[in-house]
Amino acid sequence: MIKFLLNGLLRDRQRSFFPILIVAIGVWITVFFHAYIQGVFGDLIDSTARFSTGHVKVMSRAYSENADQKPNDLALMDVKKITADLRQQYPDMTWVKRIQFGGLLDIPDEKGETRSQGPVFGMGVDLLSSDSREIEILNIEKSVVNGRMPQTPGEILISDQLAQKLGVSLGESATLLTSTMYGSMTMHNFTVVGTVRFGMTVMDRGAIIADISDVQYALDMDDACGEILGFFENRIYDDEKAAVIVNRFNTDYLEVEDEFAPVMGKLIELSNLSDYLKMGENFSGILIIIFVLIMSIVLWNVGLLGGLRRYGEVGLRLAIGEHKGHVYRSMIYESVLVGVAGSIIGTALGLGSAYWLQVYGFDISGLMKNINMMFPAVLRAEITQETYYVGFVPGLMSTVLGTALSGIGIYKRQTAQLFKELET
Amino acid sequence: MNNSALIHITDLVKTFPMGKREFTALKDINLSFSAGEFSGIVGPSGSGKTTLLNIIGTLDVPTKGDARVIGRSVSDLNSKDAADLRNKHLGFIFQTYNLLQVYTVFENVELPLLLLKIPSEKRREMVLQSLEWVGLTDKIKSRPAQLSGGECQRVSIARAMVKSPQIVLADEPTANLDAKNSHTILQTMENLNRELNTTFIFATHDEKVIQYLRRKISLEDGQVVRDETIKG
Ligand SMILES: Nc1ncnc2c1ncn2[C@@H]1O[C@H](COP(=O)(O)OP(=O)(O)O)[C@@H](O)[C@H]1O
Ligand SMILES: [Mg+2]
Repeated sequence: MIKFLLNGLLRDRQRSFFPILIVAIGVWITVFFHAYIQGVFGDLIDSTARFSTGHVKVMSRAYSENADQKPNDLALMDVKKITADLRQQYPDMTWVKRIQFGGLLDIPDEKGETRSQGPVFGMGVDLLSSDSREIEILNIEKSVVNGRMPQTPGEILISDQLAQKLGVSLGESATLLTSTMYGSMTMHNFTVVGTVRFGMTVMDRGAIIADISDVQYALDMDDACGEILGFFENRIYDDEKAAVIVNRFNTDYLEVEDEFAPVMGKLIELSNLSDYLKMGENFSGILIIIFVLIMSIVLWNVGLLGGLRRYGEVGLRLAIGEHKGHVYRSMIYESVLVGVAGSIIGTALGLGSAYWLQVYGFDISGLMKNINMMFPAVLRAEITQETYYVGFVPGLMSTVLGTALSGIGIYKRQTAQLFKELET
Repeated sequence: MNNSALIHITDLVKTFPMGKREFTALKDINLSFSAGEFSGIVGPSGSGKTTLLNIIGTLDVPTKGDARVIGRSVSDLNSKDAADLRNKHLGFIFQTYNLLQVYTVFENVELPLLLLKIPSEKRREMVLQSLEWVGLTDKIKSRPAQLSGGECQRVSIARAMVKSPQIVLADEPTANLDAKNSHTILQTMENLNRELNTTFIFATHDEKVIQYLRRKISLEDGQVVRDETIKG
């Protein structure tokens, strides 16, 4: 009997091929969008962590209150000790010091007069020490478009776009005008040894990257820095783990009444991303619910049409003496087969296309000229564990639900009635 | 009344809801059929033939009265028992053949045996035997779409006969057939009736069918108006 029914299913394309196709397409869309949304938010978290907040970040209390303005006059002191303590307490994590600053970059001509000038956003990071992790965290080496990495003090990288705007060539010197930690104006000469492109709109528009010691010297920030960023070993943000660390750290400083005392925060709080992430999660959820509904209705109708087409078959099977429950169940099993087959095909297609997006990406920098967020310029999908099964939920549910709904009509009718409807 | 009757209908009434009122399709039917009959329920369209046949076939239930089929009261049967009764003892032939298009002739005839869980060797034997009765052994692998109307109806006779049921119910079996094919299938059924002593009950208003009947039960407006036995 099972073989008989399977044969029927396989031979009747209206019952197998088309429903499977419909399910596969729906599942494909679901899987792909799921991976896409995961990718967008994964990228967002990742780049926010790398460029802005770390997974956790230590600042002075005063600095943290105006962190957007990078108020280096409120920077953290005694950072060697704080960093050493953190490294000792969390040896698995990576702790890096950073100074962010604003200023003007001035390119002089041979006579020392200004040739070109522009506002810059600067980042002082550890570039020169042999065990520096920043090169990996910020992916600096791979982001160098022209020239090379700084190798000695006084060498800097500037964003490629800025280099073109200012007309500065490699090896030329550039003067940074900014204010020290204590508020006085200062000038410092650097040599531009490379240009970078991070694929991050904010950074690419006008950033300079200098070694943190140079910046500390230039800004008069001896043993001080704006921020200490902590990263988990696997470089993947874990909100619960971050919360534990933040809690423990802040408890230690609870009694200290000093606006320059260090305070720690975690990525989600520091970045305003939590709203986006919730939105993303809701969005995925809503997408899947909508999909299940639409597909159920589509498949219900397909099922109804199929059911109408199959009234003859069903009526006949009942007349021959098959139990109603058996007929109904065999239709449900059929739909499970169709749902599974469609879901597997759809998931494979979804994974394939998501993988493509994950590996090759989709460059949207052209669309993002005016966006200031730490938004990646290349859209990427991210295949997670969920991606593998998320399609099965709607794929299976909608087929089975659709069949169950359309089958109820058959189940409830008097057998004789099925023939009556068949005749008309 | 004959207590050994195969089918025994007493004071049967069947009404259908029609809006707020009820429509009486069958009124006070009292009938018996014995084994080996070749009889027909004859009457104009809408007279209640199909309704009566459906009740005998346990596809529908009486509103009042009773129909006993092979010793079982159809009103008392739950849907599973009714299915089992149909499975074992009843064969159906329909005006529209109701063959399953995706299956071959062989598979269409085999289906009732699958439900009876008959082993495959035996099944094959029975299917071939049945197709021989109707003269279609050369069309085993064909699909219904490749057959003529007459051939389709012969397949459906083979399907009804394959399990050698006690009763075959045929609702307007010739309505879609030309005269030549009608006679062929009627002769086939007549032979089977003689050889296997299968009870045939037709519902028809086709003169071609009526001339083969040995008993003619005339139905008008849901009532039996005549019940004639015709000497062959
Ligand atoms: N399920 C039903 N609901 C309402 N009326 C029905 C139903 N089945 C049959 N009838 C009515 O009962 C009468 C007899 O129908 P039927 O037994 O099909 O007649 P016949 O087979 O003799 O043409 C018809 O008037 C038909 O409209
Ligand atoms: Mg009728």
